[in-house]
Amino acid sequence: MDRPFAITLGVGSSLANKTGSWRTERPVYTNLLPPCVNACPAGEQIQQWLYQAEDGGYERAWRQIMADNPFPAIMGRVCYRPCETACNRGQLDESVGINSVERFLGDEAIRHGWTVPVTAHKTGKRVLVVGAGPAGLAAAYHLILLGHDVTIRDQGAAAGGMMRYGIPEYRLGRAVLDAEIQRILDMGVTLELESRVGDVAEAMRAGGFDAVFLGVGAHIGQRTYIPAGDSARILDAVTVLRETQGDTRPFLGRRVAVYGGGNTALDVARTAKRLGTSDPVVVYRRTRDRMPAHDFEVAEAIEEGVRMNWLSTVAHAGEQSITIERMELDDAGFPQPTGEFEELDVDALVLAIGQVSDLALVEGAGDVEVSDATVVVDDHMMTGHPGIFAGGDMVRSDRTVTAAVGHAKRAARHMDAWLRSGSYDEPAQPELASYDKLNTWYYSDAPKQHRPKLDAARRVSTFDEVVSGLDEATALFEARRCLSCGNCFECDNCYGVCPDNAITKLGPGLGYEIDYDYCKGCDLCVAECPAGAISTVPEQS
Amino acid sequence: MVAQPIKFYQTGSFAVGNRLLPPEQRSVQAAPDRANALTCGHRACQGCGEALGARYVVDAALRASGRQLIAVNATGCLEVFSTPYPETAWQLPWMHSLFANAPAVATGVAAALRAQGRTDVRVLGQGGDGGTVDIGFACLSGMFERNDDVLYVCYDNEAYMNTGVQRSGATPPAARTATTQAVGPEPGNVFGQGKNVPLIAMAHEIPYVATATVAELRDLEAKVEYAMSLQGARYLHVLVPCPLGWGSSSADTIRLARLAKESGLFPVFEAERGVITGVSKIRRRVPVDDYLRLQGRYAHLFGAEPRPDVVARLQGCADRNIQRFGLLDDEMEESGEVRQ
Repeated sequence: MDRPFAITLGVGSSLANKTGSWRTERPVYTNLLPPCVNACPAGEQIQQWLYQAEDGGYERAWRQIMADNPFPAIMGRVCYRPCETACNRGQLDESVGINSVERFLGDEAIRHGWTVPVTAHKTGKRVLVVGAGPAGLAAAYHLILLGHDVTIRDQGAAAGGMMRYGIPEYRLGRAVLDAEIQRILDMGVTLELESRVGDVAEAMRAGGFDAVFLGVGAHIGQRTYIPAGDSARILDAVTVLRETQGDTRPFLGRRVAVYGGGNTALDVARTAKRLGTSDPVVVYRRTRDRMPAHDFEVAEAIEEGVRMNWLSTVAHAGEQSITIERMELDDAGFPQPTGEFEELDVDALVLAIGQVSDLALVEGAGDVEVSDATVVVDDHMMTGHPGIFAGGDMVRSDRTVTAAVGHAKRAARHMDAWLRSGSYDEPAQPELASYDKLNTWYYSDAPKQHRPKLDAARRVSTFDEVVSGLDEATALFEARRCLSCGNCFECDNCYGVCPDNAITKLGPGLGYEIDYDYCKGCDLCVAECPAGAISTVPEQS
Repeated sequence: MVAQPIKFYQTGSFAVGNRLLPPEQRSVQAAPDRANALTCGHRACQGCGEALGARYVVDAALRASGRQLIAVNATGCLEVFSTPYPETAWQLPWMHSLFANAPAVATGVAAALRAQGRTDVRVLGQGGDGGTVDIGFACLSGMFERNDDVLYVCYDNEAYMNTGVQRSGATPPAARTATTQAVGPEPGNVFGQGKNVPLIAMAHEIPYVATATVAELRDLEAKVEYAMSLQGARYLHVLVPCPLGWGSSSADTIRLARLAKESGLFPVFEAERGVITGVSKIRRRVPVDDYLRLQGRYAHLFGAEPRPDVVARLQGCADRNIQRFGLLDDEMEESGEVRQ
């Protein structure tokens, strides 16, 4: 024994002392479901693509969106952004401008000409998609990526469906629409325009298709009975919006009333203003807070000079005027007539009280069930007829572009499984990353960046886009406002705050590893994780 | 130097790391190859603030000195849990002195290095609040007075925790310890006694004095780095919550340090040659209740017979600090904002 005086033991390291044995519960890294992802009708992995965008990886971010949704630039303009409503940051200051970042990424992709390669092995299966609207185009996109041969038929003169014939240009510039559609067609999808499918079962047989996706939308304006004089001019909203896309834009008159309270009513009123109507007025039975239209659309319409006539119904339509009856809400919130009438001078009345689908094409396929003027589909988006799937406005849903894109993705995945005689299991959703799971101390105070808007005076004389995009620096700033709810974003807090050095940093993109030999289970990492991406589980004795 | 706040970038400089920052702007603790001066297997309690604070400080000092550093440690928790014979958790030359003489031993090490002509090796003295504020205080004052080239760090957990939570000169008013029981008309530690060693250190007009907490890593690291850039006696006082002595959850250690600062009870500032040169402003002001209620040592203020009068006195201490050190932004001061 060669030791210094009075030393009986060699120098040892504390590493011999495995303090992990003290632990009664252990921290584990988790991935929770961010509320934005939970709210997205298209199932976009929003937190993940924001994470990619945060370090300037715009192309990576865009490809992450494209895994779920082929229209980032369109989404960034027309989506009603349920993600932002759900965003946890809304409880801290203001929600993250997810939609503006998505638009920025979509526009970047168009500017750089990014494309998605089709790498799947060809299956030899042939799929017919009926309708070149958002549902049909998105379904075609996913199906061709899955290796199937896709043909789209549409009765219109151009692809886009409601994105072209329903959404006004001031909300969605047509160059953007064309670019995102063309990108899908360039992947090898066959598009047959002005080709109406009269009987889907027959078309399937005749064309030798293995499966069909129906996405014909709902483009017939609903009528309601309004007592009217012979010369009263009554139009329907979808027709007005469609004709606005034509070479000769319609003139509705100097004074126009729009009857309805949805987004379409506001679209028509704002379009009328741009077509030369000096005084468009929206007539709606209830109050603003009960209006189905989105609040920002109402605000923008009012900015542009659209007048709102709340609590009113149209009782009679004459040649140069309509009679309006005042309503009041009863205790249940239903509008009840009051017997008070008022004359409104108008040149035309436009009905915007909903749309229905033309479902004639499924009448021949006897096992396709129709209920409430919509096609009934199962959890797999398949109709009663084997191999015929449907989505978008023609099935019961929210009737938005985003919902249609979401339907298409689900339908495509189930159709792919069906064509391969297998089944597709949708991944189980983890627990929701609610606000109380976050430690918000760690996030910088960063005010939301809003997109610039055209002046109201400029807007009413042009169909230019009202809302413009963010520049790169601002989009990057906005992406970095993401709290990354429920998912690690490599802030190193766990690695730093462990008093026992029991966490190893594995390197960029690789996350961390807990060394349970030394972790004492103090839960400091759990408490100080900003994103709530570490949880505690009891230790097995 | 108070750390320059990094605005935006998701977590700015609040979190330990930030993948969005260039590597040179990241913290010492975020580095995958940090020194881990106090490594795994030490026997500190779960969630020990002192173990965490010691690693933060010594890792930063090691980086600032190019890993040429000798540490001298007073008796106390930090010494006991890190070096049960024959093990050591320290990854640098480290000496244990007596309870009372760590600053003097550190002075001796610095003198020996000077005698050897070694200017590259720096000396760090460290101890808990007992060893610093009470037992080693004479040696510390001497070290200051001679302006010896030592950075002395006090890890303040506000009582003698190692021996069973007895009151020290750093124990705050109303806190229950083994020697200040929560009984009688004035339960817990008395008001108006104890010492504020950072201010005493300032009175020695040494080159640098600073306070910090384990909740503000970037601030703490910046202070260590700046202190290491100076010669002479320097003093750093770090608040390190103690789950055992404070009767708090092991998961709340950092939260408590943050609340101590945000309530104003623990002012975070720095001073050079006796003059305050910077304070860390309160970001989200909280009433002292938020801080006190998480701790068993104050449970007698909120129990069956609550003592709002005592809480109000403690709030008065916080308010006085806020005014004395100017802890609020001007804007916040005007609005009198208190976030619950």
